[in-house]
Amino acid sequence: MNLLLVLPLLVPLATAIATILLSRAPRAARAASFAGAAGLLAASGFLLSATIDGTILVTQSGSWPAPFGISLVADRFAAAMVVVAAVILAAVVAFSAAGIDAARERFGYHPLLHVLSMGVCGAFLTGDLFNLYVWFEVMLMSSFVLVSLGGERAQLTGALKYVVLNLVSSALFLAGAGLLYGSVGTLNMADAAVALRALPAQGLPSVVATLFLVAFGIKAAAFPLFFWLPASYHTPPMPVAALFAGLLTKVGVYALVRVLTLVFNRDPGFTSPLVLWIAGLTMVTGVLGAMAQTDVRKVLSFHIVSQIGYMLMGLGVGTRLALAGTVFYVLHHIVVKANLFLVAGVTRRVGGSFSLDRLGGLLGRSPLLAAAFLVPALSLAGIPPLSGFWAKYLLVRSGLEAGHGAIVAVALAVSLLTLFSMTKIWAEAFWKPAPAHDPGASTPPLSVAERASLLGPVLALCAITVAIGLGAGVLFRFADGAATQLLDPDLYIRAVLGTRGGGS
Amino acid sequence: MRSVILASAARVLFPLLLLFSVFLLFRGHNEPGGGFVGGLVAATAYSLLALTGGVESARRLLPARPEILIGTGLLAALGSGLVSLAEGRPFMTGLWGETPLPVIGKPGTPVLFDTGVYVTVVGVVLLILLTLQEEDEP
Amino acid sequence: MTFVLALTIGVLYATGTYLLLRRGAVRVVFGLALLGYAANLLIFTAGRLVREGPPIVPAGAFAPPVPSADPLPQALILTAIVIGFGVQAFALVLLKRTCQEAGTDDVDGMREEGS
Repeated sequence: MNLLLVLPLLVPLATAIATILLSRAPRAARAASFAGAAGLLAASGFLLSATIDGTILVTQSGSWPAPFGISLVADRFAAAMVVVAAVILAAVVAFSAAGIDAARERFGYHPLLHVLSMGVCGAFLTGDLFNLYVWFEVMLMSSFVLVSLGGERAQLTGALKYVVLNLVSSALFLAGAGLLYGSVGTLNMADAAVALRALPAQGLPSVVATLFLVAFGIKAAAFPLFFWLPASYHTPPMPVAALFAGLLTKVGVYALVRVLTLVFNRDPGFTSPLVLWIAGLTMVTGVLGAMAQTDVRKVLSFHIVSQIGYMLMGLGVGTRLALAGTVFYVLHHIVVKANLFLVAGVTRRVGGSFSLDRLGGLLGRSPLLAAAFLVPALSLAGIPPLSGFWAKYLLVRSGLEAGHGAIVAVALAVSLLTLFSMTKIWAEAFWKPAPAHDPGASTPPLSVAERASLLGPVLALCAITVAIGLGAGVLFRFADGAATQLLDPDLYIRAVLGTRGGGS
Repeated sequence: MRSVILASAARVLFPLLLLFSVFLLFRGHNEPGGGFVGGLVAATAYSLLALTGGVESARRLLPARPEILIGTGLLAALGSGLVSLAEGRPFMTGLWGETPLPVIGKPGTPVLFDTGVYVTVVGVVLLILLTLQEEDEP
Repeated sequence: MTFVLALTIGVLYATGTYLLLRRGAVRVVFGLALLGYAANLLIFTAGRLVREGPPIVPAGAFAPPVPSADPLPQALILTAIVIGFGVQAFALVLLKRTCQEAGTDDVDGMREEGS
């Protein structure tokens, strides 16, 4: 029972240790890394199968009962997030076999990947706000090193912006945690939710909620403090960027959803409009930024920002359907976005460049790659029957039902612009004839091993995207179940605190 | 920065600091101290050597490369948490033995955890300091 | 006492924010450190200040004497300090390498050229 909750943390930690100790034997380290990613996938699968029926798993680490110790909690949303995190890690590790240089592997690439995954899983599973801070820092520390590993100039300047903005966010988070502790005397999320019911809904709780909103908003790259993301995500190697693009900002979104549905849920008149404004502005600024770019990586980076807006939109609308939409969107988006960055990595390998001006003619050279780009790209823009269509459909419908016409209009307009920007990449990189000085002409053809390592994970993620699209009903029922749990915080509170939280 | 005074002092201080760091480590159960502080003091001892005699002299006296120290330390900490899982109790539950040992005191999983922290801290701090200093050395 | 601490926290936040907005990257990192200290002190103060009541359970009793200080904020701060120590060390190293590569510590001078 409690092993299921701890395994998603222990497996990456054990893998990180094994890969550190094997740092002088790159082959063995790579094998250990892959085994660890597969192990995490299995562990997360067990966790999901144990929570899919609506059970909320809880373990009190160190046998210290809540609210004194640190509780680890998994409901449907958390378990599903751990599963996609494991999927992305596995894809990235497989991609890295041919997509990462030996120098980076020597300087701790694999241990860092797994420590990062441990931080991500910890953030999903913890039931304690201060512990969430610690997992955030675990995640940030390893991402800091991963983003600057290699030490190219663009990487370093990008990393500096990334580090500074994320540390500001951490300081705000810490201040929020301090104020919350000062007002309710606990940082266990379930316990704090109960204690906050005794306080007036406005006033200090709203201030603390705003601090968390800003802190997590920075981490999620929401408007207005998103500019660290497009300044840094295009600089590291593509497998690293894919892992970041898939997971890191979504941890911020997850934390926002968790905190606003569980702890600060009593003043929606204040938080909902705020979240909706942020959501709309995030969508618009992100997509406008993307349209101005000609580097594939930068286009994709700006689209991360824009897509975060959709996830926040569901949270802002706040009905069951809207939250189901957010859950659906997050799960689908992680797969699609990580995949697009991996495709960009293959594009660079085959086409010799990331720049749309210099690329061209890739459709003829690698039709498989073109198809592998088209699936996530169209899904991102929301073309049926792919996964993105259903995610947007849920959000738009919930917005209309709840009478938020303006945000729905923004969402639809932004998805048209997203389609434009995806077709731009398609037309420039794949469709148009190769330019006169084709940087791809000199790249050697993919070897068999490279094909397996680079295209294998890309195609696997494509298959997941198509499967979500075709079997949308299954995922929708799951997301709906997760949203039901999110909207009934008493379930969570009772699971963590036992009978004590039952009243009220 | 070659200073005769510092160099000869370092030779005397190095074993003293190491001994003190171990004392801090084991004192940490019930009194101020613990693996983190102990590890910092031990790392100070090595960095003092590196400052006076160069990075090579510090590396020679290290039992293993800093990366390996980090790995080993984490392994010890992880192991200390696993013991309680094997007993069927939640992860990281502190388990204590009954008979006290000399120097260490009562053995238990928190001691193992603290020792892991100690080794990890030594590894991390030295990895940073020695790498930085190596860049500056001609 | 609380008032003095509140004032100190305010000054730390103000100074930290001011430094963050400077162009010199070294100052930015100092600003980050100050923001961290301000947050730590905020936790300390928000956890209530109690004098002369160590939170130690006397032999034979099952609860600490009342009033006694709350040990949890200090545990939180200790954790935050350790994390801050690591993060700031990293930020300084990163800063050093960046300045070497970019040839300046002026954040405006650190734009990537072309790319």
